[in-house]
Amino acid sequence: MTGAAGAWTAIGVTAAGCYAVKMLGLSIPAGLLERPLVKRLAALVPIALLAALTALQTFGTDQLRLTVDARTAGLAAAFVALLLRAPFLVVIAAAVAVTAALRALAGL
Amino acid sequence: MSGPAAGLSGDPSPVPSSVPSRSRVVRDALGVGVAVGLSGFAFGVTSAGAGLTVLQSCVLSLLVFTGASQFALVGALGAGGNPFAAAAGAFFLGTRNAFYGLRLSQILRLPAALRPLAAQWVIDETSAVALAQKDRASARLGFTVTGASLYTLWNLTTLGGALGASALGDPAAWGLDAAGPAVFLALLAPMLTGRTERAVAALGAVLALTCLPLLPAGVPVLVAALAAPLALAAGRAAPARARARTRRRSRRSRRSGRAGAAGSP
Repeated sequence: MTGAAGAWTAIGVTAAGCYAVKMLGLSIPAGLLERPLVKRLAALVPIALLAALTALQTFGTDQLRLTVDARTAGLAAAFVALLLRAPFLVVIAAAVAVTAALRALAGL
Repeated sequence: MSGPAAGLSGDPSPVPSSVPSRSRVVRDALGVGVAVGLSGFAFGVTSAGAGLTVLQSCVLSLLVFTGASQFALVGALGAGGNPFAAAAGAFFLGTRNAFYGLRLSQILRLPAALRPLAAQWVIDETSAVALAQKDRASARLGFTVTGASLYTLWNLTTLGGALGASALGDPAAWGLDAAGPAVFLALLAPMLTGRTERAVAALGAVLALTCLPLLPAGVPVLVAALAAPLALAAGRAAPARARARTRRRSRRSRRSGRAGAAGSP
């Protein structure tokens, strides 16, 4: 865990940055961000980040190693729930429940 | 509303589907707001599990209020990442909200005085609900109801999750360490609409996992962002070839009317 001062710094920078981009979108004239390349990149960058975060938090450990454990099964359950068009909360619950059940039963 | 007289007007076109009633907009908006708002509980627990205090968790939900960025930030901090690398990952995830804001500003036409307040609610869910409406009044209503219900619930459940985490003990025993990645996957899934999108996702995941053992925590996510320009560059090269093929084909088909028009240039 990063130190308390570091955590507050990160929180402050994130809060200011995230609010600024929200406000920016509402305030600037449409033409500036309407260029096709900018729009395309803006749509693709979150996809890359979300995929990276999903992978890192499923297979990564605090020791910065890769592992396959109960979380993998939990995410597989979430994936199935998504294929079945389950509501957002059900998808999360499926991942949590399967991960917890596997840990309780198999000690993974 | 349209009595039998409407049928006599001589208009052959079918009656356009009626504007969704206010109650339907409210119902849809509340459905999204409540479902996603409740997942603030998972954030509260995850945040506490990553070592953030209750106050820090609540400040994040109050001031950042964009779920993916919040999960990413506490994940990176919990893994001991550099605060600025952690904040950069969260910030880049939040940049998509600028593009939502851009579209929302055209649809909602908010008075300048309301903009600073409304800005905090510009996120995936409020945009999805507002952009799905057919007229300005419904869009404003959908945005407001989704924003208000989601903001209220998300902050209350963050507090509940952060407070409850200590009572729960080890969040991993309850499988709550799977909540974060499941949230990311659930946000990601509807974005994977085409081949480029899927390629970017796959490349992003591979880049991140490759970098995980090699780079400090928080940095692999930033490296993974490169998947977007890389795939775009590769994609621009591929359609150029495809366009050239199409041009040749169309030239050939134009000539095919004439005899002996074989052979491409």
